[in-house]
Amino acid sequence: MNLLHQIFVEPFLFMGEAPDLLLQVLWEGFVSGILYALIALGFVLIFKASGVFNFAQGIMVVFAALTLVGFYAMGVPAILSLALAIGVMFLLAVTVERVVLRPLVNQPDIILFMATFGITYFLIGFGELIFGGEPKQMITSQLMLPEGRTNLEIAGGFVTIQHIDIAAAAIAVVMIATLGIFFSKTRIGRALRAVADSHKAALSVGISLNQIWVTVWFAAGIVALVTGIMWGARSDVSFALQIIAFKALPVLILGGFTSIPGAIVGGLIIGFGEKIAEFYWGPLVGGGIESWFAYIIALIFLVFRPQGLFGEKIIERI
Amino acid sequence: MIYREAGQFKSNYAADMAVFPLRQDRIGIFVIILLAYSMAYFGSTFMLQAVLIPFLIFALAAIGLNMLVGYTGLLSLGTGAFMGVGAYACYKLMTIFPGVNVIVWIFVSGFFAAGIGVIFGLPSLRIKGFYLAVATLAAQFFLQWTFNRVPWLYNYNVSGAIEAPRRTLFDVHIVGAAATPQARYIVVLTIVILLTWIASNIVHGRIGRQWMAIRDMDIAAELMGIRPFKAKLMAFAVSSYYCGVAGAMMVFLWYGGAEYNVFNIEQSFLILFMVIIGGLGSLIGSFFGAALIFMLPIAMGAFLPAIFAPLGIRVGAETIEHLRFMILGAMIIFFLIVEPHGLARLWQIVKQKLRVWPFPY
Amino acid sequence: MSVNPTSAEIAEKAATKTVSETVEPQGARAFEPPAQEPAPPRLFEEVLLAVDNVSLRFGGVTALAEVSFDIRKGEIRAIIGPNGAGKTSMLNCINGFYHPSEGKITFRGEARRKMRPYEAASGGIARTFQNVALFKGMSTLDNIMAGRSLKMKANLFWQMLRFGPAMREEVEHRRVVEDIIDFLQIQAIRKTPVGKLPYGLQKRVELGRALAMEPDLLLLDEPMAGMNLEEKEDMSRFILDVNNHFGTTIALIEHDMGVVMDLSDRVVVLDYGRKIADGTPHEVKRDQKVIDAYLGVPH
Repeated sequence: MNLLHQIFVEPFLFMGEAPDLLLQVLWEGFVSGILYALIALGFVLIFKASGVFNFAQGIMVVFAALTLVGFYAMGVPAILSLALAIGVMFLLAVTVERVVLRPLVNQPDIILFMATFGITYFLIGFGELIFGGEPKQMITSQLMLPEGRTNLEIAGGFVTIQHIDIAAAAIAVVMIATLGIFFSKTRIGRALRAVADSHKAALSVGISLNQIWVTVWFAAGIVALVTGIMWGARSDVSFALQIIAFKALPVLILGGFTSIPGAIVGGLIIGFGEKIAEFYWGPLVGGGIESWFAYIIALIFLVFRPQGLFGEKIIERI
Repeated sequence: MIYREAGQFKSNYAADMAVFPLRQDRIGIFVIILLAYSMAYFGSTFMLQAVLIPFLIFALAAIGLNMLVGYTGLLSLGTGAFMGVGAYACYKLMTIFPGVNVIVWIFVSGFFAAGIGVIFGLPSLRIKGFYLAVATLAAQFFLQWTFNRVPWLYNYNVSGAIEAPRRTLFDVHIVGAAATPQARYIVVLTIVILLTWIASNIVHGRIGRQWMAIRDMDIAAELMGIRPFKAKLMAFAVSSYYCGVAGAMMVFLWYGGAEYNVFNIEQSFLILFMVIIGGLGSLIGSFFGAALIFMLPIAMGAFLPAIFAPLGIRVGAETIEHLRFMILGAMIIFFLIVEPHGLARLWQIVKQKLRVWPFPY
Repeated sequence: MSVNPTSAEIAEKAATKTVSETVEPQGARAFEPPAQEPAPPRLFEEVLLAVDNVSLRFGGVTALAEVSFDIRKGEIRAIIGPNGAGKTSMLNCINGFYHPSEGKITFRGEARRKMRPYEAASGGIARTFQNVALFKGMSTLDNIMAGRSLKMKANLFWQMLRFGPAMREEVEHRRVVEDIIDFLQIQAIRKTPVGKLPYGLQKRVELGRALAMEPDLLLLDEPMAGMNLEEKEDMSRFILDVNNHFGTTIALIEHDMGVVMDLSDRVVVLDYGRKIADGTPHEVKRDQKVIDAYLGVPH
């Protein structure tokens, strides 16, 4: 009885008593939700165009941020570092297409999926070998991103908002809109949707698969870089971040693998859900539930709605 | 010359269906087992403790995962956690019932892992491929958290770690600080041989055929009367059992103690890589994969500094670690592209060549 | 002795159904017999499976609309129709892979609406697939052995030891499987992984796998698609032999009208998910609606 009270009554009473805390938690959830959504967006891009479930997307986020910071640490000016990091992401896209995708074309999805584990491990080793394994500081101010915080007085208390978070949210919105326009209005976008539907059919009308793959992996690399900057600004840049990057997987389960709006909504649900659960229910079981909460939500989803929130029901044919 | 099947006729179906139909293979396996046991006397302590024991344990875990991934086609990223379940179950059982022999508990602890495996395998009835991989990640993170946050599991030790108490078999210490590597090696070897033999029987029989049928064409399998529900859960149960036993052996017959983060996602990946590189759907491949991946850092640690020292390049432990990651990743991609059936296929090719030698075919 | 009946002989055999006779090769293949009089149809009384007003919808798409027909014990029943007529969907409904939105299917006198495919299989319905659905990583032997799964009972314990009941059972079923292999004349590819076999042989292995289930009702989804003439003749002979030797009821989908007319006792014609004709091959061939469906009607 007491336990039920603790689970079903007390957290809600607490929310009512301290609305400012609730708002703070919601804001935190919103920000991490945006970042999850950005990682998931990278997944979706690649999955749509090449059918590859890119497990390495999370690592690409860290790798991109590490490259940027690494160049800066070598004495390259910030803006030039940014350009170089973009260049590295392009090289990565070309290399992945050449070395991994092209030889594995027409293999079962699961083989390609496992190949991205290989990419993951390679990038971890490579990144640490070149730039060192110790955590690094993101070069926030050098990139002219806002720093500092504002305390908003709301509901009898205050909510602390980091300026970088606002910037992150704004940039995320701009980027998603850009990608949306890119895919729906441009020639490459149209080609990309054709490839997503059927590789063979796309090839037969003269679309270059290789070019499309490089394009999407590059786009995913850019998304990864932006995500990496935002994330790096909130904590250190190191491969420990990969564990957070795994969080994008449940987001995808919720949103479906092919839906950009799905990735966003899924990211927000996971972001809000896990912060609220951690803050209000976590203490009941000793805390730390953030590490698995998203997965359990995804698991429940998988059992009851495997196609995700926005996916269509798949009719199996034989 | 020696490896010939000419003159060996099979006069009944049982002989034709034997796991090793060739006499040379049977002799070979016998010799290998004999050699393996003799290593307990000839092998140095380092050889046993740092190479052979972990190799065998990893091989067993890889066999377990291979039954799930290679034979049934269900991708799991929760191997590390299932090993942990075995280890913690064994620890609890050993400390609650100190009177019962530890070997019994090692085998029993596998059943706990199997039970947990079945629970997290339930989503596999509706989902496959990367969806399932995500579901098993839930097992990985949730169970790891449990090992950390439920103090009952580690008997409220201040350190938060589980430690191997002293246990004997036939008055010889096999678990705990007093156990010699030789004694532990013989126990590990015996368990691994026994379980490998059982695994081989299972995959060659009806259950194995059902698993492979589900892997190759699940719809057709179901339309032929194979119940995917039963077959998949069976695969999860058997696979997790093997991982659980491997986990228990890892802590009590190798490390001597462990914390929750031994069973992290890194461990899961490592064992998956052993399966991929060794060969999906091959038991002998699991041994090859375990050997290659486990020996890799040892070999690199031994040779790289020696190679680069004359060039004036110092290769630190960290660099070796980074290189190991890179090589591992590159190897996975390489094998998936060049030989998706892994080292086991190479082994088969060698055997085939030997059979027809000196002719090319 | 080479046994290679021409389609004319198959037709003759289908018409007369003299049990287990080897047909001697006679006549040149190039020679097409003149239009035959229809042989007196075989008569079948007992209804094995009845499809009653079955409809199947996916969202807004109607795959089947109020289809009714029956399959009688011992006959060869053909389901024909233009592409997209709902033939495969019909088979999928019969063996439980799809569940009809409306209507019912009665098998051996028991009505059912929802059933899992493996339940249909254990009830005695086996099938082959339009696009070969073999277990590609397994050998021919293992594929057909997998078809015996339902009949194998040894528990996990004995299987772990591969000894005692488990081993006896393996040998016993291996014997049955070898009989099937002999019947289909695929001894040479016993241990070949089926993924490496040519298409025609794969189809044959698939038939073997279905036969291994010793079904009461065998559903064949385009068993001769993509085959050349000789392969078609072989396959036709196997189908007739299965029907004759084992008395297995067969429902088949086929596009080759010659084969359908020769093999089947009765034909049901689907078009746009509706049944437009049902009867002996001879009747169906003359049905105006069928001709319209295949040739089109001027609007």
